[in-house]
Amino acid sequence: MSRLPAPDTEGLQARHPGVFDRPLSARLATPLMLLGAVAIFAFGLVHLGFSPARMLAGMHQLGWITMMMIPPDPGSSLPLYLKALGETLSIALLGTTLAALFALPVSLLAARNIVPSNIFRFPVRRFLDSIRGVDTLIWALVWINVVGLGPFAGVLAIAMSDFGAFGKLFSEAIEGADQKQVEGIRASGGNALQEIRFGLMPQVLPVIAGQVLYFIESNTRSATIIGIVGAGGIGLQLAEQIRVLEWQKVSFLILMILVAVAAIDWISSKLRFAIIGRRAIV
Amino acid sequence: MTVAVSILPSQQLAALNETYRKAVARKRLRIALGAAVFFAALLVASVGAEVNLRTFFTYLGNFASYFDRILKLDNGSRVWTDIGEWLWGWRKWSFYLGETILISYVGTVSGAVLAFGLNFLAAENTAPAPWLRIVVKRLMEICRTVPDIVFALIFVIAFGLGPMAGVLAIAIHTIGALGKQYSEMVENIDMKPVEGVRCTGAGWISCMRFAVWQQVAAGFASYTLLRFEINVRGASVMGFVGAGGIGQELLVAIRKFYYSDVSAILLMIILTVFVIDIGTGWIRGRLFGRGRHT
Repeated sequence: MSRLPAPDTEGLQARHPGVFDRPLSARLATPLMLLGAVAIFAFGLVHLGFSPARMLAGMHQLGWITMMMIPPDPGSSLPLYLKALGETLSIALLGTTLAALFALPVSLLAARNIVPSNIFRFPVRRFLDSIRGVDTLIWALVWINVVGLGPFAGVLAIAMSDFGAFGKLFSEAIEGADQKQVEGIRASGGNALQEIRFGLMPQVLPVIAGQVLYFIESNTRSATIIGIVGAGGIGLQLAEQIRVLEWQKVSFLILMILVAVAAIDWISSKLRFAIIGRRAIV
Repeated sequence: MTVAVSILPSQQLAALNETYRKAVARKRLRIALGAAVFFAALLVASVGAEVNLRTFFTYLGNFASYFDRILKLDNGSRVWTDIGEWLWGWRKWSFYLGETILISYVGTVSGAVLAFGLNFLAAENTAPAPWLRIVVKRLMEICRTVPDIVFALIFVIAFGLGPMAGVLAIAIHTIGALGKQYSEMVENIDMKPVEGVRCTGAGWISCMRFAVWQQVAAGFASYTLLRFEINVRGASVMGFVGAGGIGQELLVAIRKFYYSDVSAILLMIILTVFVIDIGTGWIRGRLFGRGRHT
C-alpha cells in the first residue's frame, strides 16, 4: 500500500498564517459570547425569582390543574361558547379586511417605486413601524376607552395593529413588482393612476390576497386573546373561567380554540393555493 | 410610419372573439361569486361582532381626543414642553422594561434549547421512529396554537403572580414555534453528509452533531433572534395578566386614566422594540452577512 506523503506543515504555515495563528480575540470570541449569554441567562433566572422550590411547587399545582381539566366539559354553557367563538371569527375577519382596505392606499405611499422621494416615504414608514411596535392587546385597551367594552373594540384593535403590518408587507410587494408593465402602460398613454391600476395591481393583488388570508389565519389566534382585556370573543369566557377555576370548562374552551384555528388554517391554505398557485408560499 | 396589421377573416375572428368573451365571462363570474360570498361573510361577521357604525362615528372624535389627552400633562401643557415631568417615572419604567427584555430573553433561550432538543425528533428525515415524530409534532402544535398569554393566565395561578409565569409561558410558546421552524429547516438539508457520517458507523447523535448541525446552525440562530424580537413584544403585555414586565404599569395607567403616563410608557415600549429590532438585525447581519438570511 502506498502511503500518503507527509504534509508540508511548515510550508502551509508560511503560506496561510491567518489559519494557523488566529489572533487571540478571534479564538476567544465564541466562548466569550457563549459565556456572556449563559451569564445573562443565570442572572435572569435569579432576578426573575426562579427557585427550585417554587418550580417544584408550581409543577405540583400544574399537575393538579391538568388532572382537574380532564375530561373537558362545557357544562350548560355550550351555546354561549359557540356564540363567543363566532364572535372571535367575526372579529378576525372584519379586523383583517378593514386593515387591508386602509393599508392599501397608504402602502402605495410607502413604496419606493411610487413615491421616489425619501422625504415623504420616511415618515410614512416610521408611522407604520410605530403602529406595529404596539401590541394588539394594548390597542384593544385604547379602543375600549373609545368605543366601550365589546367585540367592536376588538375589531378596531386588530384592524389597527394589522394596518401597520399590512402597510409594510404591501409596500414590499409593490416594490417587488415588475416595472416593465408599468412602463408599458405609460408608453401607451396612461396616466399615473392608470399605471397603478393596470400596471401594478394585477401583479400585486394575488400576493396581497395571499397575505390577507394568512393574516386572517393568524388573527384568529390574536382574536382569541383580546377578550382577556374585555374586547369580546372567546378570550373573555376563557379568562373568566380561569379566574373562577372552572378547569373543565377551560380545557373545553382551549380545545374549541385549537379546533377552530386548525379549521381556519386548513380553509385559508386551500384558498391561498387556489389564488396564488402552489409555487409561491407566502 | 404605417404598419400593415393583418386582419383575420371575419368568420374566424367571430369564433375567436366568442371564445375570448366566454373565457372572460367565466372568470368574471367566478370573481363576482367569490366577492359575493366574501361580502356575505363580512355581513354575517359584522352582525356577530356587534359592529355599530353609529357608535363608531359618535365616538371617533373620542379616539382623536384620546391621543390629544395622552399628549397633555396634568397642567394642560403639551408633554414635550416638559420632558422631565412627562417621563417622571423613567427609572421605574426602565426597570420594568429591563425586566420585560429579561423575561423574553430567558424565555427564548430556554424555549430554544428545548426546541433544539426536540426538533431532530420531529423532522421527517432524522426522526428515529415514526410514532415518536408524530407525538413530538402534536405536542409542538399545541404549544404553538394556544396563545402565550393563555398559558400565562394558567401559570399565574399555578406558580403565583410574577415574571416567572411570563417566562414559562413564553418558553412554552417558543418551543412550539421554533420547534416547527427548526424541524422544517432540518427537513430541507442535504442528506449526503448524513449518509457519509453514517457510513463510518456513527450513531444517531453523532450523525446529528457532525452532519446535520453544520448545515442548520446559521438558520437556527437567525430564527432564534427573530423569535426573541417577537417575544419582546409578547412580554410587554404579559403584565396585563400579572405575569411581570411593563404591562402591569401600562394597564394601571390606561385603566386609571393617567393620560400622560400612557403616552410616556407607550413611547418607551416603542423605542425599546425599535432598539431590539435594530440590534438583532445588526447581529444577524454580522453573523451571516447581509442578504443571505432575511
